[in-house]
Amino acid sequence: MRPIDIIEGKVSVLDRADVDTDQIIPKQFLKRVERTGFGEFLFYDWVRSGEIELEPNPILVAGRNFGCGSSREHAPWALEDFGFEAIVAPSFADIFYANCTKIGLLPVILDEEHCRAVAEAGEARIDVDDETVTCAAGVFEFAVEPDVKHRLLHGLDDIGLTLENTAAIDAFEASGAAGGGPTTTAL
Amino acid sequence: MTRTMFDKIWSEHEVSDGLLYIDLHLVHEVTSPQAFDGLRMASRPVRRPDRTLATADHNVPTDGTRAARLITDELSRVQVETLERNCEEFGIPLYSLGSDRQGIVHVIGPELGVTQPGMTIVCGDSHTSTHGAFGALAFGIGTSEVEHVLATQCLVQKRPRTMRILYGGALAPGVTPKDLILATIGRLGTGGMAGHAVEYAGPAIEALSMPGRMTVCNMTIEAGGRAGMVAPDQTTFEWVRGRAAAPRDFHAAVERWRELPSDPGAEFDTEVEIDAAGISPMVTWGTSPGMVVEVTDSVPDPAAMDSPADRESAERALAYMALEPGTPMTEIAPDRVFIGSCTNSRVEDLREAAAMVDGRRVADSVRAMVVPGSQQVKATAEEEGLHEVFRAAGFEWREAGCSMCLGMNPDTLAEGERCASTSNRNFEGRQGRGGRTHLVSPRMAAAAAIEGRFVDIRDWS
Repeated sequence: MRPIDIIEGKVSVLDRADVDTDQIIPKQFLKRVERTGFGEFLFYDWVRSGEIELEPNPILVAGRNFGCGSSREHAPWALEDFGFEAIVAPSFADIFYANCTKIGLLPVILDEEHCRAVAEAGEARIDVDDETVTCAAGVFEFAVEPDVKHRLLHGLDDIGLTLENTAAIDAFEASGAAGGGPTTTAL
Repeated sequence: MTRTMFDKIWSEHEVSDGLLYIDLHLVHEVTSPQAFDGLRMASRPVRRPDRTLATADHNVPTDGTRAARLITDELSRVQVETLERNCEEFGIPLYSLGSDRQGIVHVIGPELGVTQPGMTIVCGDSHTSTHGAFGALAFGIGTSEVEHVLATQCLVQKRPRTMRILYGGALAPGVTPKDLILATIGRLGTGGMAGHAVEYAGPAIEALSMPGRMTVCNMTIEAGGRAGMVAPDQTTFEWVRGRAAAPRDFHAAVERWRELPSDPGAEFDTEVEIDAAGISPMVTWGTSPGMVVEVTDSVPDPAAMDSPADRESAERALAYMALEPGTPMTEIAPDRVFIGSCTNSRVEDLREAAAMVDGRRVADSVRAMVVPGSQQVKATAEEEGLHEVFRAAGFEWREAGCSMCLGMNPDTLAEGERCASTSNRNFEGRQGRGGRTHLVSPRMAAAAAIEGRFVDIRDWS
């Protein structure tokens, strides 16, 4: 994952609430076994039917509960592959939000009024370290969890960080904590 | 200090602050290939193959194809074969196409008994919340997290808030767990449980069978909930007893499980109360599971909605669904009926649907199919003769898989087709591009197949 600090540029707008991951990347494109190349299928049905038109700007402003539904990480992959670096919305579905932070696509939560202001401004500058979005209408603060921010700013591999705790995981397993649970290899 | 069931399971699994140990990781063909690639690129092994279980479900054909190499659709074949290769390379047990244990990942876990109270369970699928029906903490994850669990058997997690939904009263005859959860989502909205681990409680929940509890927990994600849970009790223990992965010292396990339910007086961040006795059979009218009304109601009028965002969503949904405001739900006529999915494809669901269609015929205008949740569900149903009941009524009887819930295999709706479906999502294009989905219970779906329109099963005979 590459480090992110400042995301700056034009804003695309998708003014719809509850956009689900089935719309972001329809299921017929989930059969690929690679991680790349999903961008051209982003919002496939809506784009193909002419319902929406989106420019691959660095910032996308969307409606509330963006990314609801399926856990498919193909959705953030497609958004990133298309060219978006940050998604600004009043709220995100939990799994989608987590998936974005894992790949370095920045989810930014601003209230509806500020989302509208960024959309209308057409251009914005997002500072991850300061946790601010700056546009013609003003400077808006957003929040990001400290450990997520640390990973994003430094482009750190989540797995590598956890593997530094291997001794603690070994000890947890050896302690028989949580009752152990069933094994799947002896069924 | 009093603790909720969620608090207990969370704290027992915290390796360190925010690092959660995962007891069981379920894997399928769609969200795993890139995770295995990531492991290979970093030369990382799977830490606990013996806590990992894989199956092929999302895009397998349900036409009797018995091996991955025989799948006609090339991309599907590559994906299932890739899963087979990955599981072999990393030593992960797999029930692929052709295995008598193959099936929908959320059906086979409970069926084999690997889903047990008190566990942490994850899968690269949002309906992993199903397993919470056993008093487990179970939630869906993305592919990066799949890779993380494969490599470390842990997940970095932000602690969710807790919610309890207390259902007073009892469900009326003809009203099912599916109606209970649809009514709940309708009330709370598609984001109403966001950020929460939800405990479903109260007499109406305690009275449910395990399949019923699974249906309820399954759809937690449709209101944005992180996890859905039900306190384990005798019903839970009886389900697990005797299954392939049941604990050897069952008595000791039950003693441990009895400690799991939330302590009396435990505090939840959010509390909701719902009168179960007031719930009716439900039918969705729109393109999100929260767009739902009682079968006796009519299609709502967007003009009567307060919020501009709701109004606009409703207008778009009605245009997509080709429905007019004010149309009685019982005048809506499905072209297709789908009984299946991780929400409603267990033997109990099939028994209920079969009882509705026994001795009747599917309407001429309807094409109806039943897709059992697993090979074991299918075998049990066939022992009971349910397949004959369905076939005699004019239903297709298929092999196990996710099938038309998401239409990744050849089972899809054609453009403009309307479907009564026991699945979990009525999103645009979910069951096929241009397809129109109405979510209902298995009994409601079965009755709709016979009548050729939705009916109130409470006064249908």
